Amino acid sequence: MVSLIAKRAGLGLLTLWLVSVLVFAGTEILPGDVAGAILGQSATPESLAALRSELGLDVPALQRYFDWLGGILTGDMGRSMASGQPVSDLLWPRFRNTMALAAYAGVIAVPLAVGLGILAAAKRGTIFDRAANIAALAFVSLPEYFLGLLLVLWLSVKTGWLPSLADTYEGMGLTAWFTATTLPMLVLVMVTMAQILRMTRTTVLGVMDQPYIETAFLKGLKNGRVVMRHAAPNAAAPIVNVVSFNIAYLITGVVLVEAVFNYNGLGRFMVDAVSKRDLPMVQAAAMIFGAAYVILNMIADIAAIALNPRLRHPRGKEA
Amino acid sequence: MTKLHDMSGISRRGLLAGAAGMGLVGLSGLPLRAQEAPRKGGTLKLGISGGSTTDDFDIRKLADWVPVNQAYMVMNGLVEIDSDNIAQPELFSAWDAEEGAAAWVFDIRQGVTFHNGKSLTADDVIYSLNLHRGESSSAARSILAPITGIEKLSDLQIRITLESGNADLPYLLSDYHLLVVPEGFDDWSNPVGTGPFIPERVEPGVRGRFVRNESYWKPGCANVDAVEVVVINDVTARTNALMSGQVHAINAVDFKTVTLLGRNPKLEIVRSAGGQHFTFLMDCTKAPFTDVNARLAIKYAVDREQLLKTALNGFGQLGNDHPIPQTDRFYNSELAQRAYDPEKATFHAKKAGFDPLAVTLSASDAAFSGAVDAAAVFRTAASGAGVDVTIKREPADGYWSDVWMQVPFCMSYWGGRPTADQMLSIAYESTSSYNDTRWSNERFDALLKEARALLDEEKRREIYWECQALIHEDGGAMIPMFGDYLDAVSKDVKGVKPHAMFNLMGARMAEKVWLDA
Repeated sequence: MVSLIAKRAGLGLLTLWLVSVLVFAGTEILPGDVAGAILGQSATPESLAALRSELGLDVPALQRYFDWLGGILTGDMGRSMASGQPVSDLLWPRFRNTMALAAYAGVIAVPLAVGLGILAAAKRGTIFDRAANIAALAFVSLPEYFLGLLLVLWLSVKTGWLPSLADTYEGMGLTAWFTATTLPMLVLVMVTMAQILRMTRTTVLGVMDQPYIETAFLKGLKNGRVVMRHAAPNAAAPIVNVVSFNIAYLITGVVLVEAVFNYNGLGRFMVDAVSKRDLPMVQAAAMIFGAAYVILNMIADIAAIALNPRLRHPRGKEA
Repeated sequence: MTKLHDMSGISRRGLLAGAAGMGLVGLSGLPLRAQEAPRKGGTLKLGISGGSTTDDFDIRKLADWVPVNQAYMVMNGLVEIDSDNIAQPELFSAWDAEEGAAAWVFDIRQGVTFHNGKSLTADDVIYSLNLHRGESSSAARSILAPITGIEKLSDLQIRITLESGNADLPYLLSDYHLLVVPEGFDDWSNPVGTGPFIPERVEPGVRGRFVRNESYWKPGCANVDAVEVVVINDVTARTNALMSGQVHAINAVDFKTVTLLGRNPKLEIVRSAGGQHFTFLMDCTKAPFTDVNARLAIKYAVDREQLLKTALNGFGQLGNDHPIPQTDRFYNSELAQRAYDPEKATFHAKKAGFDPLAVTLSASDAAFSGAVDAAAVFRTAASGAGVDVTIKREPADGYWSDVWMQVPFCMSYWGGRPTADQMLSIAYESTSSYNDTRWSNERFDALLKEARALLDEEKRREIYWECQALIHEDGGAMIPMFGDYLDAVSKDVKGVKPHAMFNLMGARMAEKVWLDA
């Protein structure tokens, strides 16, 4: 099992390296260059050349890539081309904001979705099961942008219950923070819950059809006890998988949600950086998103390996 | 102010609430409001688009709405353009031109102090102006380039000399980059000015909070206790913030949804008709536009009314192929409005040797929001007028470096300028580096130079009228329309007016308005 996990971790690192190549190559081929974007209409050939060499754009791309990769590995993400401030100073506060919102949504969505999923499995075929399924399908089918606007319309514009802007700042009170971020949190909960709920239900039901569950029933155990003690633990691996997949989404997929609610997170930061053609900022933000995705998927796989009884207790050759 | 709002608002309220509702409209309506006296207190919240994480208060680099509005909260200009487009004293309290308008004497306002307690003197003004002169990276450098010398006459008086006469100097000095900081100041993250508000906490590109400068010099201004700016670049989020009452005012309202927004009884749409206009640029040095007939064919092949209705939802004025707006005191009101005329278009196309005239138009929403739709509308009208348009969609990224002033035929826009001279010089004088149609007309260049030094308004009017006619007939820009600046403001905010230059009352809304109790 250890070798399996090591192999998986190695694959993760390889993927991260590929991400870095793609990010660097992708930002290289954006139309226009940053020197032109900074100088705009006032660009002359001389000032362009001067600014290019000042920004190090005259160095060959390959060398720039390795300098940049070396910097990232040592925690130095370079300086913003537009303002000259260190990228990390600008980036980490926004990363923290994105993580805070993801955590707020995750803490509510995951237990709720897993709980409802198990409940739906236990009450298979009842009104509750159907209602949960239909609601989940409906939420997952609506684009989060649209869902966000619907919530703004009903909970903010029409009723005035919650603010439509997720306006947060350093030093605001905790209650104010929760009020400000509740609408985006709700959108994220709705979108992620659907998948986790349905996956939990399906896996638990799949396990319920196994012979040993029938045995448990024949022993005279109650429905609830069978689901909780016998079925759920065996369904854990796929559930953990889908949960971490959705947490990765919570971190990387928030760009649209941040735009709808004007939330000062990493997604908005990246959009800003792209429009200013500020490459070090775009690259750093893209790397963070990539890393979050790769690492969380890696954790999911490793958890699945660790939770798989057959891999945990190997008995030589399998039949 | 907007007629639209009053009309649609009343009809809807009439349906919903009957006569009682209409009575209320009369009570809170605009004409009465103008008579109210400013009230002190409250926190004004503005949701503004056009800000980014890399903004600071460097007056040389101001380029977008958020930094410009915030700069006017902290600092003052030298000359203020009022809502009727007339130059008014600000930190310059009076001025006088010497014969020929090549030298000017400016008095500096007495008794003004900076936020750090220092008194305003000529040295501060000279230092601030010099930030934009010489080897400066300032965006206002070209505006001050004709200045050959700034001389201190006394602590409160300076003399400015120009390379040649310019009767519009006070107007040029109203540019929003020309703000005043104390002598030697260069900490652009923590600005010190003489303005109505003092920055308390500013997060670039996100939000800012400013508190009232209790010793502000301008009478009747700085009424609210504090101003909070929230940067909202997304138009939907901005509109939602206003509708849910989180901000009092937003700028850059979407042309497509403005009518719907105007129906909200708690809001008011502010239409500022000014110099912002949209252009179809024909490069006069590239085929087929070297021939004036090809240019005229394009100018007659557009249905301006339809374009104004489609692209701007009617929120603008018709353009007449020259850049001077109706709000300018030198607007040529007797030049006949050019209309859609397929016969004339076909005639000119044939005269230029084309049947039909085939052109490729580079279009992108970088030029203005709705530009690609406008191009399609133009193509349809042109196809019935002997002009065959192929639309080439260009990416918004890199549009200004790779397309604008590179291809023979593309779309663009110009923001307004405070004076006719400035607009004509920057975009049509043959020597200007922003002459984006590469049009060159000796008579025009000579007239422009002559008018610049004239202090006689009548004579200047005659010359500017001829200049407009020349561009209208011979120039390379097809200008179908002028677009209004659209703001939406809560009715709790009082003292709101449209402005001939920019939206949010010429970027000075924060100091002018007050909040209802």
